[in-house]
Amino acid sequence: MEKEGLGLEITELRLGLPGGSAPILVDKNEKKRVFSDISDDHENSSTDWKLTQTKNQVVGWPPVCSYRRKNSFHEKDRLETSKMYVKVSMDGAPFLRKVDLSMHEGYSDLAVALEKLFDCFGIGEALKDAENSEQVPIYEDKDGDWMLVGDVPWEMFIESCKRLRIMKRSEAKGFGLQPKGSHKGNSKDVAK
Amino acid sequence: MKMMMGSSFPEEVLEHVFSFIERDKDRNAISTVCQSWYEIERWSRRRVFVGNCYAVSPLILIKRFPDVRCLELKGKPHFADFNLVPEGWGAYVSPWIAAASTAYPWLEEIRLKRMVISDDSLELISKSFKNFKVLVLSSCEGFSTEGLAAIAANCRNLRELDLRESEVEDLNQSSGHWLSHFPDNYTSLVSLNIACLNSEVSFTALERLVGRCPNLRTLRLNRAVPLDRLAILLRRAPQLVELGTGEASDLRPDVFSNLSGAFSGCKELKSLSGFWDVAPGYLPVVYPICPRLTSLNLSYAATIQSSDLIKLVSQCHNLQKLWVLDYIEDLGLEALAASCKDLRELRVFPSEPFGAEPNVLLTEQGLVSVSEGCPKLHSVLYFCRQMSNDALRTIARNRPNMTRFRLCIIEPRTPDYLNHQSLDVGFGAIVEHCKDLRRLSLSGLLTDRVFEYIGTYGKKLEMLSVAFAGDSDLGLHHVLSGCENLRKLEIRDCPFGDKALLANAAKLETMRSLWMSSCSVSFGACKLLGQKMPRLNVEVIDERGPPGSRPESCPVEKLYIYRTISGQRFDMPGFVWTKDENSALGLS
Repeated sequence: MEKEGLGLEITELRLGLPGGSAPILVDKNEKKRVFSDISDDHENSSTDWKLTQTKNQVVGWPPVCSYRRKNSFHEKDRLETSKMYVKVSMDGAPFLRKVDLSMHEGYSDLAVALEKLFDCFGIGEALKDAENSEQVPIYEDKDGDWMLVGDVPWEMFIESCKRLRIMKRSEAKGFGLQPKGSHKGNSKDVAK
Repeated sequence: MKMMMGSSFPEEVLEHVFSFIERDKDRNAISTVCQSWYEIERWSRRRVFVGNCYAVSPLILIKRFPDVRCLELKGKPHFADFNLVPEGWGAYVSPWIAAASTAYPWLEEIRLKRMVISDDSLELISKSFKNFKVLVLSSCEGFSTEGLAAIAANCRNLRELDLRESEVEDLNQSSGHWLSHFPDNYTSLVSLNIACLNSEVSFTALERLVGRCPNLRTLRLNRAVPLDRLAILLRRAPQLVELGTGEASDLRPDVFSNLSGAFSGCKELKSLSGFWDVAPGYLPVVYPICPRLTSLNLSYAATIQSSDLIKLVSQCHNLQKLWVLDYIEDLGLEALAASCKDLRELRVFPSEPFGAEPNVLLTEQGLVSVSEGCPKLHSVLYFCRQMSNDALRTIARNRPNMTRFRLCIIEPRTPDYLNHQSLDVGFGAIVEHCKDLRRLSLSGLLTDRVFEYIGTYGKKLEMLSVAFAGDSDLGLHHVLSGCENLRKLEIRDCPFGDKALLANAAKLETMRSLWMSSCSVSFGACKLLGQKMPRLNVEVIDERGPPGSRPESCPVEKLYIYRTISGQRFDMPGFVWTKDENSALGLS
């Protein structure tokens, strides 16, 4: 009723937070895109998306400016969060690399760094369009689950990521079939 | 009819008269009187403030004002402070410095906020402006101690170097030694703020510098300067008016007595800050100066708890500005209200913003106490975990002189804890009673109704920050159509879409900028707005790839709209899209 005061053609105002693409708020427990789901998951990504809020997982909230965040909390926290090195492995590469997640501001930034590290292209594309690219970047989180990189807000990702792996799409199919619990075992069978 | 003014009144006299008119608004007004006044005014304008570095180009500025001495520029939108603006978005100062280096050889002051400045630019500044006096870099980045070394070495007339809250890269080679680049015969330093530097500075260089600059009034040290060194510095500069300490975690009796003696010699000290990791046992050294203090920033003092804070503030009877952590608790704020009757500004920051549960006894009551006890309080920033409409109504009635009210209830969409309703009426009371309110930040559970109140009563409101609030486009419409003086509007995570934005498109040209992120504005609406409003830059900031690859009805991640007279900018990164298809760089 009140909406008529707007003086415009109101057809169907869509209320609530936007659906469609990358969600901003994710309830980790409910909508964790565990890797085993991904290879079969083509169509339902947007429609099933429930945007529920998790405490303290919202980017840039509460609005404490980054300077204050870096400088004010107890030294222990500062030291713990100042460097966030994780190992990065790439299928087909003979060596492991390390990347400091705290040095990057977001996924695009990380993609550029990974490209430089492994001198390969397509990591950026892989982050944007997981279904179609040659390489699939995945990460092992605090719970030992392998997740697709790019699904959760950046802040949440850097806090839970323990290591990264750039996997070939062909390998991914087989990997995805493993039940959740045995992922840890499989991660050691990295390609030569 | 020919104007009499131009021919009979000497220009020099007009220029002299104009020299008493300082405010930009006034100078803008007199420049519209007639052509000759416009000319005289533009040649004599010395101070220029550019609130959005992309609203105008250096060329246009120089063309209009050929002899500027003080330049102030602001870059990134405010929400960049909370990591909402991706790295590489823009706000590069180098084209401005390059242009100024040839056009304004007599430039004396440069003040930048949220901009990216390189070492090369710093070096260019140091070599281009012979009379350079003031450099203030507030929340800036992109430079290192190398750039600072150039400033130190070449700016013979430097008075002020203030790096407040900037991010400075410390290059190992010159770590701490950039200070030694100030020549031995350099004595004109008045203000030095290096609090944000993470690395050590050379103590000897610092001591010698402080010792040879008799006009030094402000010295804000960084963490790495220990208290025993501080004592030495204070004895060299007892004339200091503003001091920022370093850290001091070990309580040592010899250091304590030395410091006490040093502080007692500082008869002019009015402002204190720093106190990182300070052992509370050191606080008594500042008791003798408390009665003179007008400004106290303890917001980085994570080691000082409520009882020590109370002891301290109870002695600061002349305090006008207090920034503190929520360790002060309601009890401490009651003590503040009782002791500090001259308080004008209060900021209470959260000690554990990401904790799920409250860790301190700080509620709405603390703010209510201060609003009752401090008649001059007009500027508030307050983080807490509970609020009620009653409390907000009380604060509004107590303090109709409020000009800046920023409340952050930590959990989004928190209702009134007493009756579980929205906080619409509480904030409504704030805008209704505080008729001079210029800045407002909302939080808690809020419906479209709060925006109706804001649109109705917020006639002097210039800046509004909104998060997790509202139900529909009507909310945004109320604000855009009602707030006549609105200049900056920043919104995140609200269900505002195309309708209100498009219906109020003309309003956007009267504002500096509008930021919307995680809302429901479609790419189609952004394109339309950009096409219809040539004097606006409509920037879609989206890291998911080209918006063209998604349906036009798809909401954009982030949107930044600002008025400009210099058209599209040329330094947009790949994740920024505007109406011009070709303006996105890098990605196809």
